[in-house]
Amino acid sequence: MNIAQKSTFVLGQRHLLGIEGIDRPRDPLRAARAGPIDTALMNIAQKSTFVLGQRHLLGIEGMSREEILGLLDLAEEFVALNRQIEKKQSSLRGRTLINLFFEVSTRTQASFELAGKRLGADVMNMSVGSSSMRKGETLIDTAVTLNAMHPDIIVVRHHASGAVELLARKVDCSVINAGDGSHEHPTQALLDALTIRRNKGRIERLIVAICGDILHSRVARSNIILLNALGARVRVVAPSTLLPPGIERFGVEATRDMREGLRDADIVMMLRLQRERMNGSFVPSTQEYFHYFGLDQKKLAYAKPDALVMHPGPMNRGVEIDTAVADGAQSLIREQVEMGVAVRMAVLEALSRNLPNA
Amino acid sequence: MITERRPILLANARILDPARDFDIDGDLLIADGVIREAKRGIGAAGVPEATEVIDCRGKLVAPGLIDMRAFVGEPGAEYRETIASASQAAAAGGVTTIVCQPDTSPAIDDPAIVDFVLRRARDTSIVHVQLMAALTKGLRGEEMAEIGLLKAAGAIAFTEGAKSVTNAQVMRRALTYARDFDALIVHHTEDPDLVGEGVMNEGEFAARLGLAGVPTTAETIMLERDMRLVALAESRYHAASLTCAAALDVLAHAKEQGLKVTASASINHLTLNELDIGPYRTFLKVSPPLRAEADRAALVAALASGLIDVVMSDHNPQDVEGKRLPFAEASAGAIGLETMLTAGLRLVHSGELPLMTLLKAMSSTPAKILGLAGGTLRQGSPADVIVFDLDAPWVLDPLELKSKCKNTPFDEARLQGRVVRTIVAGRTVYEYV
Repeated sequence: MNIAQKSTFVLGQRHLLGIEGIDRPRDPLRAARAGPIDTALMNIAQKSTFVLGQRHLLGIEGMSREEILGLLDLAEEFVALNRQIEKKQSSLRGRTLINLFFEVSTRTQASFELAGKRLGADVMNMSVGSSSMRKGETLIDTAVTLNAMHPDIIVVRHHASGAVELLARKVDCSVINAGDGSHEHPTQALLDALTIRRNKGRIERLIVAICGDILHSRVARSNIILLNALGARVRVVAPSTLLPPGIERFGVEATRDMREGLRDADIVMMLRLQRERMNGSFVPSTQEYFHYFGLDQKKLAYAKPDALVMHPGPMNRGVEIDTAVADGAQSLIREQVEMGVAVRMAVLEALSRNLPNA
Repeated sequence: MITERRPILLANARILDPARDFDIDGDLLIADGVIREAKRGIGAAGVPEATEVIDCRGKLVAPGLIDMRAFVGEPGAEYRETIASASQAAAAGGVTTIVCQPDTSPAIDDPAIVDFVLRRARDTSIVHVQLMAALTKGLRGEEMAEIGLLKAAGAIAFTEGAKSVTNAQVMRRALTYARDFDALIVHHTEDPDLVGEGVMNEGEFAARLGLAGVPTTAETIMLERDMRLVALAESRYHAASLTCAAALDVLAHAKEQGLKVTASASINHLTLNELDIGPYRTFLKVSPPLRAEADRAALVAALASGLIDVVMSDHNPQDVEGKRLPFAEASAGAIGLETMLTAGLRLVHSGELPLMTLLKAMSSTPAKILGLAGGTLRQGSPADVIVFDLDAPWVLDPLELKSKCKNTPFDEARLQGRVVRTIVAGRTVYEYV
């Protein structure tokens, strides 16, 4: 009756793509190579006792250097955990996490969902198409409605700057900003910082060039604040129509020339350019934009030889970044996604330690 | 509260008449709806029988305020404000004359609508109501409205309300035609294309909040264009709401040239700046947007020097649904009738502005520009008078506001000085107890 326990059968391949070839196992030892579970890593929550000094994570603005570093250190532990087979933790067991997305996002939502589940929370995804409902009323009404269901953490993405802050004022639980308009995207900046630190060993005194649509980018804003707080030297490179007025007061060097902007850069961070902004409204065309600002091997050569390339995704290949660079040896783009889950686990964990009865 | 029209003696007050820079300690006698006299020592003995003697020791007496720009919801937006509720709010703020704007629904672009609004005012208002009519039909900025007939029906000026006429030819013709009737044109100077999707002052702070900015240039370009057109048309022109230092330079230049140009600044732009928006406070979303502190300071200096002629409330009630939204999606506008004097006193208490200058810009100057009889305490003038306490400290409680909407930028603000009595045509219409 208990056949599953009796059989020791191991499928000799990583995927099951078809019947063809299934009787010819290629690597029967692969399963064994994964190695035993490191028991020390299983109790990660007990190692770091970092607690975030605030109920919500609405932005990098206002966070201290210590808080940022505390989150990065905690995330580091989750990176190790996520590489284990047994990834499940129980620190958020019994907690309810709601992913409330007013703007479509596959990767950020998936990242938060996975982070929540790995910490043992019950995760509910809600995608509220902005076109299907009247925008503002939906926001407050939805907040009040969800609040009545006693969630512990709500993760919010919204197309309007300040919307997450508005929502946070109406609920009793913790709120995490997963991107609000052109304002902030704090977890993206944290995962970028973690990626940089793991690859360069530090953030202080690195030259980071952020290139592209700075004007509309919440990623750029959060990164500028965070990288400045950790002592990096930040440059922004964009056509003048995509630089916000007053950018010079953000503590960055602004230029419209990639050669100048990338000179001696340790990190080249590319931003996504929305398609509707390329048709003559902010830049004349995709071709012209790529010619001057698209990151290809030639422009990347302006940076340091060991410079690393980042992109928050999703990429417009051939618009802001060339495929050869995006997939090249200097690219950290895939690692950013991995760090994303770890950083979000760290944020959830740190915020949950503030929750009642934690 | 409307009392019987007995003679009133406001005794032992500090009496200020900004129309003649008159500032004495004395008594003011009101009878038959007009001011009889204001001088030292009238005393209870020298007054007619049955006079109500009100001791105003420690208080100030001044002409009732004339608010040149207030949005009232009639017709079409009565859920935001009615003439009745606006007049209650005005009385509580010491405003004895409201000048309604024509951007209603339908717009006030037809003599019959002027007549309707003035009749409604006569029946429901406790303060004087005047109105500006639309400059173009339907406020579409295309065809001139019936300036002559509208003026004959009672419109005291012509404006597009919170909109600007973008077509320079239309504007030129309207200005030229208006001159034949000696009609005043009041214009909101903002280029709508440069405003675009902007919701707050362009600059560092908007960039930090991730909000689209409105450059001050949007205002300067439109004002500069208007000044050239006014020079061609030689008509009377009033800039509805100037907000920035660059626009003040344009205005100063036009005045130096001898153009018949005057200008208002809103109480919001004189007392608040872009930083007051803080964490996306939609009650501070106004149009044009609150500017940088340097612009605010320049505006106050221009008011003190007389370059800015008038201070108005820019009263614009917005309901909760319009304001409880993310900043970019929220309605623009703030109520101001009830707080305009008190907010203005902030400038007096901080030493930025003499009290007489403030009162002048809120009463005698608008009266002069609009050709109204009030705004002074001269003998024989209409008895539109306020009594106020210059120093009384208080905290603004939105629930006590008379306006239908509570979207005040001074929500729970600490204020100093308040109106204690408002008299319109010799009747006390508001008393703070």
